[in-house]
Amino acid sequence: MIKRKFLAALMVIGLMGTVTGCVDSRSQTHAVYVLVDTSGTYAREAGNAQRIINYLLGTLQSGDSLAVARVRSRSFSEKDIIAKVMFDSRPSQANAQKRAFRDKVGAFLQTVQGSAYTDITGGLIQGAEFLNETGAGKRTILIFSDMQEELDKATIRNFPISLKNIRVIAVNVTKLNTDNIDPRRYLGRLEAWQKRIEGAGASEWKVINDLERLDAIFTKS
Amino acid sequence: MTDLQSWMIWPDNTALSTLTLLLIAMIGLYAARSPMHGLIRAIGHALAGSLRLGARWLVASAVEMKERNKAVLLAQGLKEVGQRIEREFERIGILVTRDLQGYPVLQRKLREEITRIEEDYKKCGEVPPPPPDWVEAVAAVAQIKTGGGEVVQKILDEIRQSVERIHDKAIGEYRRAYEERHDILEGSLPFWRSIDKTLKHVDKKMTDLAENAATVDTQMKKYRQIAAKTDEAEAILSNSAFTQFNIAVIVLTVALGGAFVNFKLIALPMSEMVGAGDYITASLRTSEVAALVIILVEASMGLFLMESLRITHLFPRLSNLNDRMRRRMMWISLVLLVTLAGVEAALALMRDMLIADKQALLQSLAATRQAASEGWIGRIPTAGQMLLGFILPFALAFVAVPLESFIHSARTVGGSLMIDLVRALAFVLRVLGNLARHTSRALLHFYDLMIVLPLLVEHLVRTLRGGEAAMKPRPLDSPGELKP
Repeated sequence: MIKRKFLAALMVIGLMGTVTGCVDSRSQTHAVYVLVDTSGTYAREAGNAQRIINYLLGTLQSGDSLAVARVRSRSFSEKDIIAKVMFDSRPSQANAQKRAFRDKVGAFLQTVQGSAYTDITGGLIQGAEFLNETGAGKRTILIFSDMQEELDKATIRNFPISLKNIRVIAVNVTKLNTDNIDPRRYLGRLEAWQKRIEGAGASEWKVINDLERLDAIFTKS
Repeated sequence: MTDLQSWMIWPDNTALSTLTLLLIAMIGLYAARSPMHGLIRAIGHALAGSLRLGARWLVASAVEMKERNKAVLLAQGLKEVGQRIEREFERIGILVTRDLQGYPVLQRKLREEITRIEEDYKKCGEVPPPPPDWVEAVAAVAQIKTGGGEVVQKILDEIRQSVERIHDKAIGEYRRAYEERHDILEGSLPFWRSIDKTLKHVDKKMTDLAENAATVDTQMKKYRQIAAKTDEAEAILSNSAFTQFNIAVIVLTVALGGAFVNFKLIALPMSEMVGAGDYITASLRTSEVAALVIILVEASMGLFLMESLRITHLFPRLSNLNDRMRRRMMWISLVLLVTLAGVEAALALMRDMLIADKQALLQSLAATRQAASEGWIGRIPTAGQMLLGFILPFALAFVAVPLESFIHSARTVGGSLMIDLVRALAFVLRVLGNLARHTSRALLHFYDLMIVLPLLVEHLVRTLRGGEAAMKPRPLDSPGELKP
């Protein structure tokens, strides 16, 4: 009798163990942090930023996280996060969240104002913090910028940062007028960023300039 | 001195060094000839013997398995044919009981109808009354000669008229009597028809009975063959099992396709119930497992339903339940199956709604105009999905039948395949054993080939010492030769 009860209990425990999850569900999720450069002339590219965010909204699933933050003169602040969301486990609720998120970001991008300086590093540190807090298995920072960092004298960013297990993807890296005069500036800028980001422990560095190939955001090279 | 030259006795003379070393090796090998031969033979013996032993054991196992399979196959066949005969007897029993119950009534009916027909026949047999005596008188009067007398003539006319009147009356009565008889005969016609119909009915019943008896005869013949454990019966049963297995596999594959469609229908909406973000393994969502569990539960309910209906006999305990309990089980299974089918239909509807919502979201994100509503045409897939969601659980319920065939026939098929596998393994072991034996012999020859010079010297010395007797070379395989 006792043996029977034990076997039944074992079965129930086994079943519960299976149902409650043998794998940490968070490790299967994807968190994306989008940095939108709002400095100087790049603020005109806001339409493209909306396009990328819409693509992300259409691709991310229930349980995934998404945050959109702006890059300003000093970007290491939660106040710079325009919108953030962790999609509900129910698909219908997740769809509603996506609609609300799109509207919120859309409203921001329509009224975006350019900033004097561009603190990409601060945004990256903030993004890494956000992504690490989500505990997602796949973490990605999208930088929608020309990657020209300009800091005021008081801002200090020349120290090592940590981007461990984070993929960093620069999107729509437009060429500046000076780049057109000397393309080595553009290439050198990208090379410097690659060196810095890979040095920070990022799992991948990628540049996507063709907005028709946004699917490359989710594929590892 | 380089490493390559370290083995040379005379580093400056490679050929001489090699030759010297070869001679030394040859002498060494010659000295070790006897123990080396023993070693090679022992290894060959050990390998070949073990492999042959293994092969024999496998052959014996195959024979034993074949016997066991045969016993199981015949037992299954005996059971199946026994059940079939039982069913045929049940049918005959029902037929006989039904018809024999009706036979007294039928017999009484037939007797009554025959009595009635006899009576009618008797009535028809009655002759019309004979002409009255006055007919003779009329004949006598008719012979009277008138002689031209008016009185006589008048009398005779009156007599004629009177006779004719009486004659007409008699004829009328005669005809009426015949009409009555015709009416009686006409009245008995339905009885004749009824008798004909009854007899045809009886004939049909008898033919059915004869056919059933013939079926029983055939089954009994088969039963006797199986009971006698003939090879023919075994071959028939084995072929039948293979056919059953193949059919069951095909049907189960089709059912698997149905289950896959079913899974696709409910996997997405299940994520609305249990959440889409939970994972059991790296690529398996909880919602997918939940959908799979629902499908398996439906299949189980179908299995219980089929068991309760005594269509399948996978669970002896269910088969042995009394009728009341069995009926309860049947109703419980059916109700649960219908409920699950309803749930599936609802989930199919939800799936359609979720897809539509997702589509609308994607369209709004892509900033394209939403497609115009397709009206009732657009609802056809929704209705189709709901219908499919409701029907598929019932279709899956019937999986129990091929599953039973599969389980029963898999024992025979698996057993046959296992026997073939064991036999093939035995053959391989036998081949390897022979290979080991021949290899050891070849090695012995090769060993002697390497020390051919000392052997020749030995042979020469022996010849010089012993003359003719020593001319015979020492046999290679003399002690402990491997036997084929």
